[in-house]
Amino acid sequence: MKKLINKPENALDEMLEGMTKAYPTYLRRLDQTDVLVRQDLSADKVGVVSGGGSGHEPAHCGYIGKGMLDAAVAGAIFTSPTPDQIYEAIKAVDRGKGVLLVIKNYSGDVMNFDMAKEMAEMEGIQVASVVVNDDVAVENSTFTAGRRGIAGTVLVHKIAGAAAERGWDLDKVKETAEKVIANERSMGMALSPCTVPAAGKPNFSLAEDEIEIGIGIHGEPGTHREKLVSADAITQELFDRILADYPLKSGDEVAVMVNGLASTPLMELYIINKKVHELLEGLGVTVHQTFVGEYMTALEMAGMSITILKLDSDLKMLLDDTADTPALKVIGTK
Amino acid sequence: MAELNQIIGALRLMAETIEKNKEHLTELDGAIGDGDHGINMSRGFAFVKETLDKGGFQNAGDLFKKCGMALVAHVGGASGPLYGTAFLRAAMVLKDREDVHAADYVQILKDAAEGIKMRGKSDRGEKTMLDALIPAYEAAADAVQQGKSAQEILNAAKVAAAEGAVGTEKLVAQKGRASYLGERSIGHQDPGAASAALVLAAVADYFAAEK
Repeated sequence: MKKLINKPENALDEMLEGMTKAYPTYLRRLDQTDVLVRQDLSADKVGVVSGGGSGHEPAHCGYIGKGMLDAAVAGAIFTSPTPDQIYEAIKAVDRGKGVLLVIKNYSGDVMNFDMAKEMAEMEGIQVASVVVNDDVAVENSTFTAGRRGIAGTVLVHKIAGAAAERGWDLDKVKETAEKVIANERSMGMALSPCTVPAAGKPNFSLAEDEIEIGIGIHGEPGTHREKLVSADAITQELFDRILADYPLKSGDEVAVMVNGLASTPLMELYIINKKVHELLEGLGVTVHQTFVGEYMTALEMAGMSITILKLDSDLKMLLDDTADTPALKVIGTK
Repeated sequence: MAELNQIIGALRLMAETIEKNKEHLTELDGAIGDGDHGINMSRGFAFVKETLDKGGFQNAGDLFKKCGMALVAHVGGASGPLYGTAFLRAAMVLKDREDVHAADYVQILKDAAEGIKMRGKSDRGEKTMLDALIPAYEAAADAVQQGKSAQEILNAAKVAAAEGAVGTEKLVAQKGRASYLGERSIGHQDPGAASAALVLAAVADYFAAEK
């Protein structure tokens, strides 16, 4: 294992300290927790909280700020945070208008967030939750019942966060988040595995000329392995799988996210993005907005995922609203 | 009838029992899961013990709430929220109560099983802790119906839970990581059912030893 860490057991804490020192105007750490909270909490809006296992940075703490998250809860690497921590996050951001929890669909995350939701409700806080399951690759894998939640979660943060920022009520913010989840699909692939620091060795291995299609963001198995082919051919394969699940037609408008899993150069992500745009143009689909970068990583894995979100006028408006966070910035009129 | 200090005693024995069986639970989990059930449970119950040492409980409900929170915060994985749910359901049954009766015990088993069903989206026969807990509830409820003594009720739950846990060997896992083994999970006892049986055994054993 070759990593820039001190001790595996201190990685999470030291990372959170480092983030807090990097973005003091955006976020602060709640004492005695692994919860980061937005500095300029607005008094009059629905709170938006997300979180999950660490190792996916900048998700989720990097999305704290105007127009996205009000708090994020960081679990141990690839491990759900516990309900007591999530509960602290809910309490910290509730301003009497309720709190929306954005959960990625992993059994541990769903259970822990549900439990925190119940605990907060017992204290009289209004809490709603949505579960993101954008990955079309596999049903029921190592950590999941149903589909996994991957990079599409960031678009849920963006749009639900904008809806909350506009002062929409909890029901409407939840409904909007659910619309994003219904309209988006993702799929990823890996060129190389990742190593959880505490484990010390890679969680799977790939031959030099081999790739895994449909990989999860924790290195969970995908659909199959194949020989490395061209970027265009890989893009075509993922694109076809996404569209088989969510057909698009001429005249549709979409947002595209090409997400690096951490060790993939931006050059390669742009090459993928070029092909995605060509394929969409070929169908007569308009791309309204594109995100290329590292949004939902998997430690040092090399690979990427493609997310396509079909937009309507509301979603377009919310996607174009201002987001001012450490990891994602959109300059909008609202 | 059990008073607050007796319930604390029973919870203490529960924590000791889990610690004593740490290796055993980890071995069971190693066969069909990720091999951390014993470690996670003993870590969680060590914090339950710490909670008990700290004391200052307003009533039985408060006691279970604080212990439940200790489990939720420190067990982790799926067992944390599942055991945490069971304890918080017990806390709701015992809200503002100073003492606990046999009928409360039955209600706790029932509500705990319902809570775990909901949390884990699971049911009896899927090779989980419910395969120990639901038979324990039924046996305890039967014993109440038959007008048995409090100790007999606790013993009935203990025996049924132990039988239920052993019975999971015959079942195909349908929840959690063990479910990926499918048929290959047959022949192995479910570690969650095993720990649930230990927890209920500790309750019966504590009151039996007190006599």
